[in-house]
Amino acid sequence: MSDASTTPLTIVVLVKHVPDVQFDRHIDQESLRLDRSESVLSELDEYAVEAALALVEDNGGFAAGHQVIAATMGAGSSVNSVKKALQMGASSGLHLNDAALAGSDAVATSKALAALVRHVPNVDLVVTGMASTDAETSVVPAQLAELLGFAQLTHAASVAFDASARELTVDREHLNQRVTLKAGLPAVLSVTDQANDPRYPNFKGIMAAKKKSIEEVDLAGIGLAAQEVGAEGSTTSVLAAEQRPARPAGTIIHDSGDAGIALVDFLAAQKLI
Amino acid sequence: MSSALVFFTDLSAAPGKAQRELLTLASRFGTAVVAAATEISAEAREAIAGYGIGTALQAANPGRGFGEHELAVLDAALQHTDADLVLLGNDSFSRELGARIAVRRNAAIVTDVIDVSAELIATKDELAGSYTASAKSTTGVLIAAVKPNSIEDAPAGSAGTVQVTDLVLGDAAAPKVSIVAVEEKVASERPSLSEARVVVAGGRGVDGDFGPLEDLADALGAAIGASRAATDAGWISHDAQVGQTGVTVSPQLYISAGISGAIQQKAGMQTSKYIIAVNKDVDAPVFDIADLGIVGDLAKVLPQAAAEIRRRRA
Repeated sequence: MSDASTTPLTIVVLVKHVPDVQFDRHIDQESLRLDRSESVLSELDEYAVEAALALVEDNGGFAAGHQVIAATMGAGSSVNSVKKALQMGASSGLHLNDAALAGSDAVATSKALAALVRHVPNVDLVVTGMASTDAETSVVPAQLAELLGFAQLTHAASVAFDASARELTVDREHLNQRVTLKAGLPAVLSVTDQANDPRYPNFKGIMAAKKKSIEEVDLAGIGLAAQEVGAEGSTTSVLAAEQRPARPAGTIIHDSGDAGIALVDFLAAQKLI
Repeated sequence: MSSALVFFTDLSAAPGKAQRELLTLASRFGTAVVAAATEISAEAREAIAGYGIGTALQAANPGRGFGEHELAVLDAALQHTDADLVLLGNDSFSRELGARIAVRRNAAIVTDVIDVSAELIATKDELAGSYTASAKSTTGVLIAAVKPNSIEDAPAGSAGTVQVTDLVLGDAAAPKVSIVAVEEKVASERPSLSEARVVVAGGRGVDGDFGPLEDLADALGAAIGASRAATDAGWISHDAQVGQTGVTVSPQLYISAGISGAIQQKAGMQTSKYIIAVNKDVDAPVFDIADLGIVGDLAKVLPQAAAEIRRRRA
């Protein structure tokens, strides 16, 4: 279905570098901030990158002039998430790198990301994952739609694009319904892990990524003051964060024919039946 | 004294369990007002009065666009009440409404909240329930999305009748997002997964047959959950998925059957009060967090347990 006449799309995919969920994660007791060593591209953002690439490929490919810009915010190594997106096939990168970003809550993060999106001329579509795997608030995409004045198509389990009408159609689980929603561009789209199967970077992609450019900007470069982000620009203040005590070791039994009875004895002892 | 606004996307029927928990939390504050993005039914009015709440705001949904009516109602209700605490559901739709109002009105949004103190300090689960954190608003308005099963439902006495006012909404702009189609899901007799006090969940070890789990869930009045392996295999609807990308549950009792307990699954259920695990593999990680672990065949253990519960109740 390639259509060379499609007006080129400018797509920004937001990616986040997060602590690997496969390992124990810790909150530093002095700063009350998450320990961000051992970080990787948030698994849920791979679905966002894939959705953007698939949209381009279904509409004439990069040869038609479309752009997929992988963007992130955060200091230093957070740019690794952009590199991974470039290896998957994004066309260029954008990194908001500023020490003042540390400690941003959801509202401050959204303000910074909205300014970062505005820094890119004529953005048609912002694509994100359904949530970050660290903060898991799942609220930034809706806040971006609010701040940018874009249509909000979030938690999409499937995505279709009509190039001639320049409209997106998505399916979303909504309370006890599955709804099909439609909106014109510009839009903020967040996709769930049901939306697609993200590709793995291949050797060609990894080599090609080395030649792709990553633009680095700081807060001043996107027109924000330091006090608009970070802890100062946040509307929440974290007072404490305590590790939950480990669950005490339970009883393990091997079924020798009456484990179902033992299960019910347990329920009765805990007054669960 | 703080003033709380409790917002519901729908109060056209009797309030559900999670809605009643929100009403309980709201009733602890100096003033509490209910707002709904639908007309408030007679059953709902009676229920609201039972929590000692005497004021409610409503605005019938004109059925234009997606989410835009609810957003306008929440915004208007917040301005009308000048509340310093907004309570809403922790589902993705309600959270997103709260999130948009937070940036629009310079308020704080906190999700996965399990309690809010009189000083408006929110307690919440962090890092998939491995941490508990507390946070407050720095701007004077806190929007809290409250997890089901966190607050004990306790109607605190009657306010007599509820004074219901129709909210006046400004002229709505043309909606940006339109609804093309709606597919209603098959209504289940079971409690909803996120709200249930008991969840029976199955994984790869179920091997396509949820029959033994259904049987035990019937005996316990439980909701059915599943691991991603089971939903990906197509044995059960994706709605049943418990875990990082599915539903997060905190029931009184979680019975895990044939689920190894990989980290993404644990993320969705480790704050359950009691966990019982049944698995053939003695090395399954789920046994590390189980209060009772049974190494055995779920197809034998679960039906035996279901029959025993029925026998004891008979």
